[in-house]
Amino acid sequence: MSKKEIKNTGTEATRSDRAEATRSLEEIFEQRIARDEKIEPKNWMPEKYRKTHIRQISQHAHSEIVGMLPEGNWITRAPSLRRKVALLAKVQDEAGHGLYLYSACETLGITREELYEQLHTGKAKYSSIFNYPTTTWADMGAIGWLVDGAAIINQVPLCSTSYGPYARAMIRVCKEESFHQRQGFEIMTKLAQGTPEQKAMAQDALNRWWWPSLMMLGPTDAESVHTEQSMKWKLKRKTNDELRQQFIDQTVPQADLIGLTIPDPDLKWNDERGHYDFGAINWDEFWQVVKGHGPCNKERLSARVNAWEEGEWVRDAAMAYAEKQEDKKLKKAI
Amino acid sequence: MKNNWPLWEVFVRSKNGLEHRHFGSLHAADADMALKNARDVYTRRNEGVSIWVVESKHITASNPENNGELFEPAQDKVYRHPTFYSLPDEVKHM
Repeated sequence: MSKKEIKNTGTEATRSDRAEATRSLEEIFEQRIARDEKIEPKNWMPEKYRKTHIRQISQHAHSEIVGMLPEGNWITRAPSLRRKVALLAKVQDEAGHGLYLYSACETLGITREELYEQLHTGKAKYSSIFNYPTTTWADMGAIGWLVDGAAIINQVPLCSTSYGPYARAMIRVCKEESFHQRQGFEIMTKLAQGTPEQKAMAQDALNRWWWPSLMMLGPTDAESVHTEQSMKWKLKRKTNDELRQQFIDQTVPQADLIGLTIPDPDLKWNDERGHYDFGAINWDEFWQVVKGHGPCNKERLSARVNAWEEGEWVRDAAMAYAEKQEDKKLKKAI
Repeated sequence: MKNNWPLWEVFVRSKNGLEHRHFGSLHAADADMALKNARDVYTRRNEGVSIWVVESKHITASNPENNGELFEPAQDKVYRHPTFYSLPDEVKHM
């Protein structure tokens, strides 16, 4: 059946034939996803599927790359060698994760240069959480524990998403990410057990990162425009509100354990629901940051643009060298 | 942006005795750089003992639209499988 319909998309088909064929192709496509079959780069896919995936995967890649900046700030000032090697390894992983994801995204027919261009011009977004400053060492703890914790909750379901290259990249990312959260929690634990000043520093970091971490899981289901379609394509397997609840339920006992207080007076266990109830999230702040008015939006973007522009001569030199070597080899062969 | 680095495919043998498997891709100016980048991007946790890189443009891939004529002919050739042949019950191992 599918073969006949694919032939219909040939040049002789009339416009209505083609529309009909596309509809059937789309049906076959949706059925494949419903059967949990993966979609691979050369398979036919609706244009909207391709575009949505480019948007989400690139946004994810950009987040990994921009996400190196707030932590890079503390590598040279890590308090011990143990902390320094861990932070270095974590930031290097983030670079790697960005690269896995850019490669996955490129299989959808967009070039790396176009992807960078979209980031640098502000057309593509990255996670709004990286627009907050890292003012103390405890922020390295809070980021690992909360931001990576929230990221893992978001990412684990993506390991079984419908687009093959994205799912494979996510499996690698998730495998590597769990050390990120643990090293952050270890930093928080040690600070919370330290001097009163150290404990205050940990509490202050928790106060500042808690709400942005909740926002990081995305707008409420009622506000989220992409959720329904993304669930169908298994690009999303749980809604933002479900993920947020899961994050809160899992994190609150961890804070209790190390003697830190979640900065939410309305936070209370609800026996009936079997979940924590929590206070209202300041979504105005979220949208402000998304629209570019967060504390560090300009700084983050200009750091990326500068790195790209100032690295141009290095990229050109490497290409020139490669071409020269190639020429030499050819001449020798003659 | 006049000279964009080409795309390379990376294959890694995770240990001797196993085949190289496709791990992903990356951009690099030449093969030497592709190998070095592949080491940093794909083997940060001892995932490999050997890496192959090949420029993506050198790979010829089959088109999924031709999957019918390419792969369906194998479907009705059950006689290529041992289960197609009947053996007397007395023969235990063959």
